[in-house]
Amino acid sequence: SAPGFRPCVPLAAPVAVFKLTADFREDQNPSKVNLGVGAYRTDEGQPWVLPVVRKVEKMIADDHSLNHEYLPILGLPEFRSSASQIALGEDSPAIKDNRVGAVQCLGGTGALKIGAEFLRRWYNGTDNTKTPIYVSAPTWENHNAVFSNAGFEDIRPYKYWDAGKRGLDLEGFLSDLESAPDHSIFVLHACAHNPTGTDPTQDQWKQISDVMKRKSLFAFFDSAYQGFASGNLDKDAWAVRYFVSQGFELFCAQSFSKNFGLYNERVGNLTVVAKDQDNLNRVLSQMEKIVRITWSNPPSQGARLVAITLNTPELFAEWKDNVKTMADRVLLMRAQLKEKLKALGTPGTWEHITEQIGMFSFTGLNPKQVEYLVKEKHIYLMASGRINMCGLTTKNIDYVAESIHEAVTTV
Amino acid sequence: MNSEFRERQPIGVKNLSKHGHTTWLPPVRKIKQQISTDPTLTPEYTHILGIPEFTRRATQLALGKDSPAIVESRVFGIQTVGCTGAVRLGAELLRSCYCSSSSWTHVFISLSFLEDSLAGTFKAAGIEDVQYYRYWDAESNGVCVENMLYDLENAPEQCVVVLFASGHRPTGAELSQEDWKRVAEVMKRQLFAFFLMSAQGLCSGSLEQDAWPVRHCVSLGLELLCAQSFSHNFGLYGERVGHLLCVLKQNLLAVQSQAEKLVQTLWSCPPMEGARVVATVLSNPAHLESVKAIAERCMLIRERLRERLRLLGGPWQWDHIIKPGGLYCCFGLNTQQVDFLVQKKHIYLLPNGCLNVSAINSRNLDYVAESIHQALSSKR
Repeated sequence: SAPGFRPCVPLAAPVAVFKLTADFREDQNPSKVNLGVGAYRTDEGQPWVLPVVRKVEKMIADDHSLNHEYLPILGLPEFRSSASQIALGEDSPAIKDNRVGAVQCLGGTGALKIGAEFLRRWYNGTDNTKTPIYVSAPTWENHNAVFSNAGFEDIRPYKYWDAGKRGLDLEGFLSDLESAPDHSIFVLHACAHNPTGTDPTQDQWKQISDVMKRKSLFAFFDSAYQGFASGNLDKDAWAVRYFVSQGFELFCAQSFSKNFGLYNERVGNLTVVAKDQDNLNRVLSQMEKIVRITWSNPPSQGARLVAITLNTPELFAEWKDNVKTMADRVLLMRAQLKEKLKALGTPGTWEHITEQIGMFSFTGLNPKQVEYLVKEKHIYLMASGRINMCGLTTKNIDYVAESIHEAVTTV
Repeated sequence: MNSEFRERQPIGVKNLSKHGHTTWLPPVRKIKQQISTDPTLTPEYTHILGIPEFTRRATQLALGKDSPAIVESRVFGIQTVGCTGAVRLGAELLRSCYCSSSSWTHVFISLSFLEDSLAGTFKAAGIEDVQYYRYWDAESNGVCVENMLYDLENAPEQCVVVLFASGHRPTGAELSQEDWKRVAEVMKRQLFAFFLMSAQGLCSGSLEQDAWPVRHCVSLGLELLCAQSFSHNFGLYGERVGHLLCVLKQNLLAVQSQAEKLVQTLWSCPPMEGARVVATVLSNPAHLESVKAIAERCMLIRERLRERLRLLGGPWQWDHIIKPGGLYCCFGLNTQQVDFLVQKKHIYLLPNGCLNVSAINSRNLDYVAESIHQALSSKR
C-alpha cells in the first residue's frame, strides 16, 4: 500500500480548558459567564492591552532603525538579562557572581520544554529518561505532556492539595519529598499555584527547601504569574530567591503572557542558576544546540517589547502599575465573592477564596455541582472546580454567587 | 575593503538587500504599523494551530486555490515557529502517527555538505535513523538525478524522504519538472514526501513554479508534509513565521488532533505578529509582486557574477551559477579553498563554497569574484 499516515490514528481528546471556552462561545444565553481560561479580563469582561504595552508597541512599529534579522539562538540579550533580574532581583548575589544565564523561549511552555530537554540529556549522566519528575497533585495539565514528550518515562505526583481542609497538604508534600529518590526533579510553582491558588508560606518553603537540599532534589520553578499574585513583583519572587540564597542550582521557567498580557506573542525566559560561570556557559552551550533543533531562534516582537519596558525606568514603573491594577481587581473580586457567599449563608467555609492567591481559585465544588453550574446556569468552570477570578465582574458577581449558593444547597 | 567583511555574518543564510541589510517586503512596515494601532486586536492566546486566516492563505499559496486536496478538504495547516518549527513538528507527527510497520523509521535527507541541523531535528523528535541520498554532483556542478533516483529506489519501503521543492539548501541546484515527475513516480510506490519550501517565489520568480513539485505530488494523490518558511520571501526573519502543511487521504480530524497535542508540548500556541502580517500580505495579490522583484535581483547578481568570473579567465565553467534561481549557489570549493576565503579574504561562506547570492552587491561583487578566482587558482 502507498505510504501514509495510519488510518487508525485516534482522535485525541480536546484540551479541556479550550473546549470550555469553545462551548462558552457557542452558548447563546445572555447571562453566561466564562470562569475557565486563564487570561485576565477587565471589569467589562474584556481582554486588556496594558497601556504600557500599547505605548511600546507603537514605538517599535515606528522605529526604522530596528533590524529584522534572526535573533541569536538564545534570544535577545537585553530581554534575557532583564527578565532574569525580574525573577532573581537586580541585586541577586548569583547574578553578581556571573552564574546566572537565560534562554529566551516560546512562552512558559517553551521554557519548560527547553529545560526538560536539557535535563533529559545532561542532568545526571547522559540518559535521564528514568529520572523521576514530580509534579504537584493537581498541577497545570500541560506539565505532564511537556516532560513526557521530552522523554521522561517516570512522571509522578507529589501531594499538594488537601481537599478536606481546602489548603496545602504540607505533611504529604514533605513526606513525598522524603521518599523521593535522591536527585529527583521537582516542578515547583513559584507563586499563585495553578490550579489551586494555594502557595506555601515562607516558613513552609523553608521546610521544603531543607528536605530538597538534603536529598539533592532539583528545583525546576514554573513562574507564570509573577506580579499577579500579590501585586508586588519582589514578593511574588520570594520562593525562587530563597532557594537561590540557599545555594541551589535551579531552573526558573518564566512566562510574560499574563503579567504583560502578551499571550499571543509567546514571551518566555528560562533562567538558569548554575554553580559557577564555567558550568553556566557549558549549560547554555548545550541549550543552544537544543534550541537549534526545536525552533532555531525565537520570535523578536514580544521580547523586544518586554526588554524595552524593563530597561526604561518610566516604562518599568508604568508596567508595575499596570500589573498592580490587574492584581488589585482580582483581590477585589475575591473579597466580594466571599462576602456575598457569606451574606447568602452558603453552607461551608469560604475563607479559602481570599486566602488563595493569583488568578485561580479552587472552589471545592464537586463535579456534580460544577455540571449544574455549567448546564443550568451557563457558568463555565473547570470540572476540578477551578475558577478564574478574572472572569468575575461587578456585573456578574451577584449572579455567580447566587448560582454557587444554589449549586451547593440543591445539588 | 577587508574591513567591510570583518564584521560580516556568514554569507550563508539571509536574503539581503542591495545595501547588505535584511529588508522587509515593502508593504510590511505599513502593515506592522497598522497592527500596532488596531484597537480590535486583542491579547488572547492564539489557536493552538495558529491564526486561521494565515494557515488558510499559506495553504493556498503552496497548493494553489483550486488544489484537489483543498477542494476535497484533505489538507490542514499549522502555523509554526519558522521552518525549523515546522520540520520539528512534522517529524514529531510522523513519529506519532505515521505508518503501521515498525521498520519505517528511516528518514532520507539529501547529502549536504554543512553541519545540518535538519538531521538533528529529526533525531530530537525520536527518529534516529537518518540516511542520505546523493544529490549534488561535483563533476557537473549540478544535480545528478540518476544517482538520486537510484538511492531513492533502493531506500527501505515506507521511508520518509526530505525534498526541497525549490531553493535547495545549500547548493541552489534544482531538478527540472521532468526530473520531478520521475522522482514522484518512485515516491508514489513506496516512499513518503516531506517537502521543504523555504523561499517560494524567490527561486524562479514565480510562486506557482516554485511550488510545482508539491502540487504535482498532490495531483498524484500522495499524502505529504510540506514545511514552509516566510523568512526569506517576506524578510520576516526575526518573527519566525512558518507553516506545516499536511495533505492526507483520510482521517484528517484525528491527525489534526494529534498535531494539536504535539504543539502543546513544544510552544503551546504560535506567536501572532509575523503571521498576522503575512496573512494580510497574502490577502492582497498586488503585494506579492515585490517577491518577484527579489527573485529578479538574485538572477541579476548571478549573471553579473558569472560575467565577472568569465572575464577573470581560467579553465572553469560558470553556467551553473545562472541555471538555478533563488538565494543559493554552489562553487564546489574544497576545505582549503573555503578556509582561504574565510581566513585571508574575510568572505564567510558555507562549506564547499555554497553562498547566498543576495549578499553580493555592487560594492563587493568585484572583490568576491576576484577572491573566488584566487581560491580556485591556488587549488592544491
